[in-house]
Amino acid sequence: MSQPKEVLIDPIFNNNPIALQVLGICSALAVTISMSQTLVMCAAVIFVCTMSNLAVSLIRNRIPTNIRIIVQMTIIASLVIVVDEVLKAVAYDISKSLSVFVGLIITNCIVMGRAEAFAMQNGPFLSALDGFGNALGYSVILVGVALFREPLGAGTFMGYEIMPTVNNGGWYVSNGMMLLSPSAFFLIGLFIWAIRAWKKDQVEEAEYEIAPNLQYREAM
Amino acid sequence: MEHFLGIFIKAVFIENMALTFFLGMCTFIAISKKISTAFGLGIAVVVVLGITVPVNNLIYNNLLREGALAWAGFPEVDLSFLGLLSYIGVIAAMVQILEMVLDRYVPVLYNALGVFLPLITVNCAILGASLIMVEQDQTFAESAVFGLGAGVGWALAITALAGVREKLKYSDVPDGLRGLGITFISVGLLSLCFMSFGGIDI
Repeated sequence: MSQPKEVLIDPIFNNNPIALQVLGICSALAVTISMSQTLVMCAAVIFVCTMSNLAVSLIRNRIPTNIRIIVQMTIIASLVIVVDEVLKAVAYDISKSLSVFVGLIITNCIVMGRAEAFAMQNGPFLSALDGFGNALGYSVILVGVALFREPLGAGTFMGYEIMPTVNNGGWYVSNGMMLLSPSAFFLIGLFIWAIRAWKKDQVEEAEYEIAPNLQYREAM
Repeated sequence: MEHFLGIFIKAVFIENMALTFFLGMCTFIAISKKISTAFGLGIAVVVVLGITVPVNNLIYNNLLREGALAWAGFPEVDLSFLGLLSYIGVIAAMVQILEMVLDRYVPVLYNALGVFLPLITVNCAILGASLIMVEQDQTFAESAVFGLGAGVGWALAITALAGVREKLKYSDVPDGLRGLGITFISVGLLSLCFMSFGGIDI
């Protein structure tokens, strides 16, 4: 795991933060209603994750172990404040619609988890790559979910109409459930299924083996 | 009184932290394999939310918001950009204090909660509730009721999911979907059930 290329590519499919490590799901679901929101969110997470890993890794030998969580939190929170202020200045509408979720990048377990698990043990260059790779893995899932939700739910893509809906005099009957929160869970569940059908080694062991039915008469 | 009851019911059912806002999802999915542990964690979240949201409300209203420092002679200072940093600090400190107090005076509860207590610091539901409180501009009393309600709602949701998952482990799930995949889909169904509260207006 010390090759730069592996560190960068591995988290995207082999060790995806959302699909395998169960990290950072909170924000993954609520922002995927529209593509433009999702892209902004991904950019913010990529920035915070890369920079926080870099910063934590640079000072890793000077942090006393028992207050390391608070030190990491402070670094991450400062970065998120920067992102939040920049968004408010540059893209006010999107920042309004993302509302609390920009702030919640602080408690996004990907950022915290990678700082704790990787950046505390590795040099600055590899750590920055690891943060970038993990944030990229997060973005792949988010963009994938948004790719289905926005067109199917509203008939638009990045705000442009691609399938005119019935309400606007077109032909596409929009699927309202795609705009509601539960659809994100179904889509991520199906994504996990797809990734695991492709990468067999990620399949979890069954807790119980179901015995074959040997009494044919009961089955009849 | 009716007003506060309305806020409570709304926070528990209609705007459920876990199933409507998707907050605290990581812990929600990671620690919901057994009903007993899920319930213990739920109680811990209720306690922490019930304390941190009103405390953060006091900090926001008396120190951070625009014009709040007028009592100290700085009427035009606006420190609200420091909000995120102070809320997370309060949460981390509160969890630490709570841990020490419980350890000293209520060891039974302390042992029951165990490792979950420090984990709560990084639970997005806690920080999320504080941010929602700021966004809705609640008063101190409202924020106390809201914090408590949000905690109860989250505890209810995680216990319900743990109940579903305890039954689910006996069923024959397709290979790739086993474990995490099917959990996501069951959370989706649970969340769909909670949407039926959506039409209620209080």
